[in-house]
Amino acid sequence: MDITLNKAQLNVIKEARKFLKKECPSEFVREMFEDQKGYTDELWDKIVQMDWTAISIPEEYGGMGMALLDLVLILEETGRVLLPGPFLSTVSLFAEALVVAGSDKQKGFFLSKVADGSIKGTLALFEPDGGSNPGYIQTSANPEGDSFILNGTKLMVPDAHVADYLICAARTRPGASLEEGITLFILPADTPGMEITVHPTMDSIRKYSQIEMRQVTIHRDQILGELDNGWEALDKAMQRSQVAICAESVGGAQWAMESATEYAKNRIQFGQPIGAFQAVKHRCAQMFADVESSRSILYYAAWAQDHEEPTAASIAASAAKAYCSEAFTRVTCDNVQVLGGAGFVWEDDIHLYLKRAKANEIALGDPDYHRDRLVDLLP
Amino acid sequence: MDFQFTKEQEALREEFDVFFGEEMKNAPETWYSVVGIESIFHSDEHFKFHKYMAGKLAEKGWISRAWPKANGGQDAPMLEQLIFNEVVAWHRAPGIDPFAVGMFAPTLLVGGTEEQKRRLLPPIANGEVFYSQGWSEPDAGSDLANLSTTAIKDGDEYVINGQKTWSTGAHFADHMFLLARTDPESSRSKGLSMFNIKLDTPGIEVRPLLYMDNNHVYNDTFFKDVRVPACDLIGAENEGWALTRQTMNFERSNVGGFVEGKRSLEELIDYMNKTRRNGRLLSKDPIYRQQVAQLYAAHEVGQTLAYKIAWEQQKGGLSFAATAASENKVFGAELNQQVAELTTKILGPYGQVGPSKWSSLDGKAPGHYQFCTAMNIFAGSNEVQRNLIAWVGLGLPRT
Repeated sequence: MDITLNKAQLNVIKEARKFLKKECPSEFVREMFEDQKGYTDELWDKIVQMDWTAISIPEEYGGMGMALLDLVLILEETGRVLLPGPFLSTVSLFAEALVVAGSDKQKGFFLSKVADGSIKGTLALFEPDGGSNPGYIQTSANPEGDSFILNGTKLMVPDAHVADYLICAARTRPGASLEEGITLFILPADTPGMEITVHPTMDSIRKYSQIEMRQVTIHRDQILGELDNGWEALDKAMQRSQVAICAESVGGAQWAMESATEYAKNRIQFGQPIGAFQAVKHRCAQMFADVESSRSILYYAAWAQDHEEPTAASIAASAAKAYCSEAFTRVTCDNVQVLGGAGFVWEDDIHLYLKRAKANEIALGDPDYHRDRLVDLLP
Repeated sequence: MDFQFTKEQEALREEFDVFFGEEMKNAPETWYSVVGIESIFHSDEHFKFHKYMAGKLAEKGWISRAWPKANGGQDAPMLEQLIFNEVVAWHRAPGIDPFAVGMFAPTLLVGGTEEQKRRLLPPIANGEVFYSQGWSEPDAGSDLANLSTTAIKDGDEYVINGQKTWSTGAHFADHMFLLARTDPESSRSKGLSMFNIKLDTPGIEVRPLLYMDNNHVYNDTFFKDVRVPACDLIGAENEGWALTRQTMNFERSNVGGFVEGKRSLEELIDYMNKTRRNGRLLSKDPIYRQQVAQLYAAHEVGQTLAYKIAWEQQKGGLSFAATAASENKVFGAELNQQVAELTTKILGPYGQVGPSKWSSLDGKAPGHYQFCTAMNIFAGSNEVQRNLIAWVGLGLPRT
């Protein structure tokens, strides 16, 4: 057993933090909150130059072939600054599904372009009646000769408005359970019949869209994985993405804890720093505990995806997603409470994290969904 | 022990209910998308509706209902005030200005001269004049006594210099009630005085202070050599702190919060009874059922405690009433936050989306979630309230 990060990993973190401090200051993030596109090409190119889009892509497709944990270390840093743009969507939501389900040809075509930063992608899952359950899929894909016709609505698709390609989960035949009869398709975002509309969401740094699909025609070559049996691959890919989202949450929670603690040391009321008061102290201490425990389960869940047997890895992913989501939400609310009025103003950054925490809570299954799932996985 | 209201009290409740049921039909379209007492400051249209309602309430004499007859009121007993507050809260009705009616008028009644009461109360009772609160400063938040805005006597005027923050609605209000330091040698709560200030007095600058959902409700207010006539000093010079203690007691019983919270939960249950997720009605989900029920029961608890506070206030048991009011503020604020969290959880993706074709429950969930964090902070943070309960209520020592 060795649960420390090695020198190379520590260096990656150090370089990532330095890079983001320079290229992603708070003023830029706040600008992107209200910007329609939500990021700049310059920033994307710089991220690509850092090799970040190649980190977890297998070597045979032009990537660096590193572990999920290595991507997680970078995502903690991007989460810490709320990096604008389709980074997580592309390297995790889009790429993981390809790695798990794609044919050699598809991986060769798409993953190499993810690695070199030339395409952006995302995954379309949520549907209107599914709530926070990513497994409730009614979008239909009816066969017509060598093609399929897609009809349905997807909601809350991150970065769809800038994606070049989408992976979409649709129902190709009715199933006895929700998971049966699902197929994954990969298609260009501008395929005729696709209408993408950005929602006005509380977290406006990451833009989420509705995708309306009316008679969208795609070819059977665009199936990702097995016809009718896409759920298993989707489930596996989703676990890895759930861990990726947790990494972002832990990074953001770390910032919130540090910022509150710093404030408590400097804000003077009643003739002393408010951190001298036990109520404030204890709250900061609890925030620390929340962040440390979240990070612990995060690293285990990331390692488990690459090393544990499937059930154990799945349990770890759901435990992490449930726990880290709620911890991030708690820590951002605790930050506001420590900062008092200062935490409530538009000009302070904490509301950006508060909003991200809520959005991450429901992404790829909310805590109730994961707790329910976890119980079924236990022996 | 008897929790029943009398026939007369029930008839009064009915009268209030019919009035508000009618008048709220005039509310702007966006009214129900914004949660909380500060929704009146949410936009020009919202404040206009607040003024309209104030006019209508004035016609009925209901703004001053609780005031002594000698000051134009009807001496309405505490329980009738409670009933009125419940009905107002359930209807989410504006018109009773939280600052003019909720804080300043009671202060005047306690500490104002006859001249001031004659001059300043009628415009409030008539729904013509609206107030903002001038207490908090950048370095005087929880520690209000640390304030440094000065009011120096010069002939028959006072000259005000300084900065106030969190001036709710100052961009709409006519007047501000201000706490400033009249004895420059003093420190902390000694040497403070309260003033009534017209916001169009030269030297006052009101600047927007946006809160976390990017809306303009609050302001910073700057005072540069602002001259206020001595007849607008409320209460004795340097005795202002004691006056604030009395206004604070009027603000904390919170029965309205529990009543409105119940209505929100009922609307959420209605939504759950009509909405399917994963093929099943939300109201059949066992986890959500438990959580909604737990919060509803907690609102019943809060409401009964509020009744006890009102009852004790009526009897004159102020010490219990003050301590219990602190507890109710903490309980109510934390409960409100739980309602906001449960609502965003049950709405799922829809809880993230503001008023739009995708939103449910008038799109108020994201706004409510953001605003509810403030309730644990303003009007005395929960930490301060817990200290007060400990010191005043339980006699525990200070460190």
